[in-house]
Amino acid sequence: MGEIFVVVEHRDGELREITQQMLWKANELCQSLSNTLTAVIIGGKDEPFIQELTERADRVIVVEDERLKDFNGDYYKEILYRLIQERHPLLTMIGHTPWGMDFGPPLSIKTGFPIATDCVDILVEDGRLKAVRQIYTGKLFSKVSFKESDGYLITVRSGAFPPDKAGEHKGEVIKQEMPADLPEVGKEFIAFEEAAAGEVDITQADLLVSIGRGIGEEDNVAIAKELADMMGGVLSCSRPVVDKNWLPKYHQVGTSGKSVKPKVYLALGISGAFQHVAGISGAGTIIAVNKDKKAPIFRVADYGVVDDLFKIVDALKERLAA
Amino acid sequence: MDIVVCVKRVPLTQEVDLEIDPQKKEVRKDMLAYSINEWDNYAIEEAVLLKEKFGGDVTAVTVGVEDDEEVLRRCLAMGADRAIRVEPGDLSLDPFVISRILAEVIKGVKHDLVLTGVQADDVNDGAVGTMLAEHLGLNHAAVVTRVEPEGNEATIHIELEGGTDEVSKIKFPALLSIQTGINEPRYVSIMGIRKAAKKELKVVKVEELGLSEDDLTPWVSVDEVFLPPETEGAEIIEGDPGTVAEEILRIIKEKGVST
Repeated sequence: MGEIFVVVEHRDGELREITQQMLWKANELCQSLSNTLTAVIIGGKDEPFIQELTERADRVIVVEDERLKDFNGDYYKEILYRLIQERHPLLTMIGHTPWGMDFGPPLSIKTGFPIATDCVDILVEDGRLKAVRQIYTGKLFSKVSFKESDGYLITVRSGAFPPDKAGEHKGEVIKQEMPADLPEVGKEFIAFEEAAAGEVDITQADLLVSIGRGIGEEDNVAIAKELADMMGGVLSCSRPVVDKNWLPKYHQVGTSGKSVKPKVYLALGISGAFQHVAGISGAGTIIAVNKDKKAPIFRVADYGVVDDLFKIVDALKERLAA
Repeated sequence: MDIVVCVKRVPLTQEVDLEIDPQKKEVRKDMLAYSINEWDNYAIEEAVLLKEKFGGDVTAVTVGVEDDEEVLRRCLAMGADRAIRVEPGDLSLDPFVISRILAEVIKGVKHDLVLTGVQADDVNDGAVGTMLAEHLGLNHAAVVTRVEPEGNEATIHIELEGGTDEVSKIKFPALLSIQTGINEPRYVSIMGIRKAAKKELKVVKVEELGLSEDDLTPWVSVDEVFLPPETEGAEIIEGDPGTVAEEILRIIKEKGVST
């Protein structure tokens, strides 16, 4: 009976949501594969969530050391490599997060175990593991299989699975020291830095008028700002607008920006990449305007308009001015 | 500072109806327009900015067919000194094979820094860069939004979730996967591309690299691609812009927002 590893992602003494989501899927897979679930914590001394994880996994391996208090992908890679050599898990699940992207693919090369990244589902077909991924910004799905191997790695997209509920496991805790023979790491953590707060707080708005790549050019941002003002709403945006420096970062909605919860979210020219959609799951009503009828935003919007956003913006302004 | 940048040419799929090819392994690409992968555009710009500040050479590398040389010429026009295309023939490529090929090429090019995009717009693996670091034994960081070199190391910003950055120091030689927004990529004119035609663009056949069959065998393969499962999706508001605008305002009001 094999094991499934879930690599626990945590920061500042708190579990990240991706951890519960991976545990949910891992628990499901364990039932269909008759495997056991091992949560692997790599962290500082006495991380506060160890007990919580014993209820959700058959065992919790804790590798603790003050050097592991801050995330360092090089340590994760080396420690996981050793644990995998020792315990031979069939599957190791890692978050497809900036941190998981740091050590996941190198761990694949080091172990020789194939990796499928950014997966939204994991299946067992004819006794073999398969993964489902999204390609072309979510316009298509792709089912992939692995070369034969003793073990497999999968990085899991945030939000692909629901959070695991408090379970009935009574997992044993196995504490391990950091291996003594780890190579020197080439990267050193200095600090976390929060994005500067802005003059508006998009997380508090009832109405967000939000623009994306479809706004086209910098001068057009003012057109949307004017509409937002006329509507008594707040202007927000998706990543490409901030990347181009057309709006400051504090306007950005999405995983690397802010999660928002307006009563109404009016998305203008936003295609709806998952990183953006993840930030609007708390919105009451989503109205999307986009020229591309296949844009993924229409899959999550309540109302859709397939048209040129500028025509709609002009018409809205006319009605509001009347 | 000598820098190698890995780039990829990808199809543009925004506002395009994608069709799945009869084998169900890929999309039909014959009708699609192509461009440099957005992340790679930021990576090559960052390399050229660093070269302008600290000196050194920039080499752009791609694994791809002859048409893909278009993105290499673009890199040369932006300020790269030379370019290398590896011709893969009819090999199946996955992140393992691509990273293995790139590693073999980059071994032969002097480098203090290797830059890649975080991911490619088409298959979104986000894996080639950090796999490449492991093959080459380089220090690495993923999702980098700022690079400030100082001597034999750099202070870098790594983008985490929710507007938080991780600030770290990394020793050279290193590989960084570059996130969009790190800089403002310069405009490339047709004239600029013509001028850069004199720069060296070397073509290497994958057979010349001396890689084994294992090195060139994918670890992950596509069974099938398919359209997203049907969801209820949005209720589409039809009509001319005036009618649509009125309906939008009605919905907003109904949801308790006063405009």
